[in-house]
Amino acid sequence: MHNEPTKDQYNEYVEQVTPASSCLMNCVRAFFVGGAICTIGEGIKQAVMHWLHLGEKDALLAVTVTLVLLSVLLTGFNLYSKITKFGGAGGLVPITGFANSVASPAIEYQKEGQVFGIGVKIFTIAGPVILYGILSSFILGVIYMILVRLGVM
Amino acid sequence: MKVMKGKQSLEFEHPPYLKGWSSVVGEKEGEGPLGQAFDQIIDDPLFGEETWELAEGRFMRQAALLAIQKAEITKNQVRYAFAGDLLEQIMATSFGIKDLELPLFGLYGACSTAGESISLASMTVAAGYADYALALASSHIGSAEKQFRFPLEYGSQRPLSSTWTVTGAGGFVISKEKSPIKVRGITTGKIVDYGVKDSMNMGACMAPAAAEVIYQHFNDFAMTPDDYDAIYTGDLGEVGKEILIKLLKDNGYDISKVHGDCGIEVYQDETQDTHAGGSGCACSAVVLSSMITRKMINGGWNRVLFVPTGALLSKTSFNEGETVPGIAHGVLLEREEV
Repeated sequence: MHNEPTKDQYNEYVEQVTPASSCLMNCVRAFFVGGAICTIGEGIKQAVMHWLHLGEKDALLAVTVTLVLLSVLLTGFNLYSKITKFGGAGGLVPITGFANSVASPAIEYQKEGQVFGIGVKIFTIAGPVILYGILSSFILGVIYMILVRLGVM
Repeated sequence: MKVMKGKQSLEFEHPPYLKGWSSVVGEKEGEGPLGQAFDQIIDDPLFGEETWELAEGRFMRQAALLAIQKAEITKNQVRYAFAGDLLEQIMATSFGIKDLELPLFGLYGACSTAGESISLASMTVAAGYADYALALASSHIGSAEKQFRFPLEYGSQRPLSSTWTVTGAGGFVISKEKSPIKVRGITTGKIVDYGVKDSMNMGACMAPAAAEVIYQHFNDFAMTPDDYDAIYTGDLGEVGKEILIKLLKDNGYDISKVHGDCGIEVYQDETQDTHAGGSGCACSAVVLSSMITRKMINGGWNRVLFVPTGALLSKTSFNEGETVPGIAHGVLLEREEV
């Protein structure tokens, strides 16, 4: 063509014509979906403390296990993806989103075998979260230790 | 008559014809606006197979058999097949049509494969190297998402510019025997890279390649947009369509009155939640073999430029931060009274 835009001009133009999702709506939805998941968690906590007479520490453990189980079941029925599609980060950030990111590759790659399928690929999405989560908590731990030794904290 | 035309085109001295064509699609495509026009709608996304990859191959085999049947020939008469899909090492093609025992050229042109395979099959027939050649292209939402993006059950939000991979396959038997649709010529596209890196905005990645090949086609054939009843790109979607029209307008051609996009035709975003449109090798193939061929036979379209578009990326190239170049191939189709 005789009249071509430069790469910068083109990318700038593309940005103009590409529709963007509404940030405000995404925030509102994330607030309600994420909030609903946390409310369910709180409900489970209160219930097990009341009915099963668990201490607070054990109750929180029960909340985690139950939410993960629920999320994995919903993933299996292909319903969790709909929650996140609607709620965005509200579905992604709670522990249920993490469970979804582990369960979904397990389902998808099961056909490639127990070792090279599920074994290798189960953490394709969650892997970075685990790796950098542990790394950053290690670094914070070291900083905390130094600050304690120096008597700052 | 000189067959080589201009810089990148051929105008066949003895033009080949589309002798038979087929469209086999999945459930979602069947529920779309073109549902009635497809030959076959397969409700089972796995098509009776164990994996997405084998299912895609099954779609391709079905499209091949149906195209052969509709061309009223036997598969032994097919001298060459040209086929491709989106998967790594085009495994859907390999597994899909291995049992058909056809001499095969496997192709990779991303979503432009239908244009590439029809071009090569037409050249082969026009040159006298085959009485019948078969062009095939397939894609599948399950195998494509798994390879290029996330597992299907993983929850994420797709950007508004993203497209939905068409599940299905299209097949075309090309022959010298006269039929209502003639392949008058082809314009083969170059790889065009305007530096877009967003693989979720494939329309923007591919629009420059489409603009380039359409521009070259007009020049090579000395024609203008008014000479066509329709110009159909493969899977630019809403975003890519707008960009394509602007790029060509800046170069002196206004195609807005005749331009359509197969990806926009195949789904209805409002009810099917597909965002910018459909994509995949099957997208352009099944829209050509359903809606476009119908309009040419019954709807008064006499000249159509069919331009499937492909975004050239792999998961590796994307992770390594590379751009997404595009390619597009033009096939000039004309109605012929027989």
